[in-house]
Amino acid sequence: MSEIALVNSPNVGLDKTQKGGPYVNELSTLNLGPTHPATHGIFQNILTMDGETIVDAEQTVGYIHRAFEKIAERRPFYQITTLTDRMNYCSAPINNMGWHMTVEKLLGIEVPKRAQYMRVIMMELARLTDHIVCNSILAVDTGALTGFLYVYQWREFIYEIYEEMCGARLTTNMGRFGGMERDFTPVAIEKIQKLLKELPAALKEFEGLVMRNRIFMDRTQNVGGISAERALNYGFTGPNLRAAGVDYDVRAMNPYSSYEDFEFDVPVGTKGDTYDRFLVREEEMWQSLRIIQQAMDNLPEGAYHADAPHYYLPKKQDVYHNMEALIYHFKIVMGEIDAPVGEVYHSVEGGNGELGFHLVSDGGRTPYRLKFRRPGFIYYQAFPEMIKGTTLSDAIVTMSSMNVIAGELDT
Amino acid sequence: MSNSTVQVAEAPPGVEGAGFFATSLDSLVGLARANSLWPLPFATSCCGIEFMSTMASHYDIGRFGAERLSFSARQADVLMVMGTISKKMAPVVKQVYLQMAEPRWVLSVGACACSGGIFDTYSVLQGIDRIIPVDVYVPGCPPRPEQILDGFMQIQELAKKETTRRRNEPEYKALLASYGIE
Amino acid sequence: MMNEKIIEALQAQFGEEGVYGIGESHGILQVTTAVENIVPMIHFLYAHPVFKFQFLTDLAGIHFPDAKGQELGVIYHLHSLENNVRLWIKAYAPIEAPTFPTITGLFATANWMEREAFDFYGIIFEGHPNLTRILNMDEMDYHPMRKEYPLEDATRHDKIDELFGR
Repeated sequence: MSEIALVNSPNVGLDKTQKGGPYVNELSTLNLGPTHPATHGIFQNILTMDGETIVDAEQTVGYIHRAFEKIAERRPFYQITTLTDRMNYCSAPINNMGWHMTVEKLLGIEVPKRAQYMRVIMMELARLTDHIVCNSILAVDTGALTGFLYVYQWREFIYEIYEEMCGARLTTNMGRFGGMERDFTPVAIEKIQKLLKELPAALKEFEGLVMRNRIFMDRTQNVGGISAERALNYGFTGPNLRAAGVDYDVRAMNPYSSYEDFEFDVPVGTKGDTYDRFLVREEEMWQSLRIIQQAMDNLPEGAYHADAPHYYLPKKQDVYHNMEALIYHFKIVMGEIDAPVGEVYHSVEGGNGELGFHLVSDGGRTPYRLKFRRPGFIYYQAFPEMIKGTTLSDAIVTMSSMNVIAGELDT
Repeated sequence: MSNSTVQVAEAPPGVEGAGFFATSLDSLVGLARANSLWPLPFATSCCGIEFMSTMASHYDIGRFGAERLSFSARQADVLMVMGTISKKMAPVVKQVYLQMAEPRWVLSVGACACSGGIFDTYSVLQGIDRIIPVDVYVPGCPPRPEQILDGFMQIQELAKKETTRRRNEPEYKALLASYGIE
Repeated sequence: MMNEKIIEALQAQFGEEGVYGIGESHGILQVTTAVENIVPMIHFLYAHPVFKFQFLTDLAGIHFPDAKGQELGVIYHLHSLENNVRLWIKAYAPIEAPTFPTITGLFATANWMEREAFDFYGIIFEGHPNLTRILNMDEMDYHPMRKEYPLEDATRHDKIDELFGR
């Protein structure tokens, strides 16, 4: 009469099936992705589910593989900056600056203090935009659309600052080897001051809506947790690792670009669950504002780029009137500048963690090998372990809080 | 009482009388379709973030009738492909397109969707028009939200002017046949 | 000077001929070793009471077509969080038999990193639980990051070399 097919599923109470009803205990398969409203980017998870509970997850990535590393072997150094934009496209300036610093390490260029402070300001603005998106979309995934609309206005405002500095909104290609391409314009300074004055109120409003909200807390606490040991074993870095309790921040441990001059705290969580990740990102936004304030207060006078005529494009007036500038301009644009032989690694604290560039140069005009150490690729491996035993809605919220960005995942 | 800052849209040509307005069915259906398009945002990479900006309050695509985004292809009118489509993803795009019901339009946003963009590599599909017919191309890397809205407005123009049964026209059938779609 | 201690300890454990190609790049020590020594060396560094290299930052493949007998290489980037010291371990294998041992037993993060190296270079990691392609399509029959393959798609018909001066 009733065929009870028992499958080895750990989370099912066998009593239910044996109580007498014609229960058939089967596992079902649910395909989450690659196109799905809640995945932030295209990656696929094939979930094996026991009712609402997830038993196992099989991941497929590579749906947006664009072969960055192969492209990088064919492009002169400054053309690779446009590739780095498109990795973690929510915070493109951080990727750009990280790449510039890697090449400056290889070439041995010393960047002046003013340019370093300017870079810090742009990187912290980028971190603000990244965390704004991540936290507000986490709220959207739990159903709170209002927070996203209010806070996103400030991301548009930061886009205006980017436009002042480099002309683009999203894929910024900001800065050059040796510094920045232009100094802060008065409009940019005014906008940054306005941001420092008014964003705190908007953040407080967003927090008031979401952070102590009963529904949000119930959805995100004790969901998708990971312990510090497992996180370290999985190579987690960034807010995901700090939420688990390990205070590893590249800005504090291996300071670059004058980060040692600034005073900031590194927020650390306790349980490594979704709520902790939300809180860590929220607190990092406050710390970013603190860093920007210090940088603006102490912005030193001086040159905004290094004196490296072989690698830094000369001013257009000089190109039209000066022979050496014309020659340098020609050689740089045509990519005929050779780099020294060497191998360097530089990492910056990206929005998601340690973004590293391993550059092997054989003396030619393009890198011999460029490996991007992408944090998103590395910590997304842990996703099945984090969602085993939870429900589908928890899996969505966990994925959202991990801030997996497909451009970074697949290069 | 006239409010001079409010622009009233042009009515289609027709016969007006006391309490009635008569026009051709095509223009009426076109007007209704154009102002209530439900997009399917197929956002894969950076252009998807510019789409988020377009959706947010500053550039608001809801003004154009696209307030309700449909992630189910069966209920969507416009397939907005935003971002790089790799060869691994191409069958998925085609499957989503096939699931859409007529009338359907395709908006290809961004250089990568139009032609492969800056990624001329072994793994990237050099333009989605290799697998599905595209109606409007929006170039840019990424295009500004105003450009995406412009592309959307051009889809609206297409929707307004098309006959109610585009699917039966021989050119359309030939176009689909060239892509191997029934 | 931590780097000297590391070199001393490694040479004491693996001998002078097991640890060669010693160099430093902006403070990061790099050593080259044989393929057989990789797993013992990484375990040694993991369990060492002072060094504690318990974080695998990165694992990169690399192809040197001119180095006969040592074409395919893997660079392991280890990081000791407690001492704030980084270390690169490199090993090379011939292209006819590019087998390396897996370190997924020790570092869970090496799972996808090794799959990526396999996908791009064809490096076989023995003992890996699921050594399949990760970023490219499963049907792909070559390993694209090797130097002999071009960047562009081979079936491209409209961008010909005559027009683009190559």
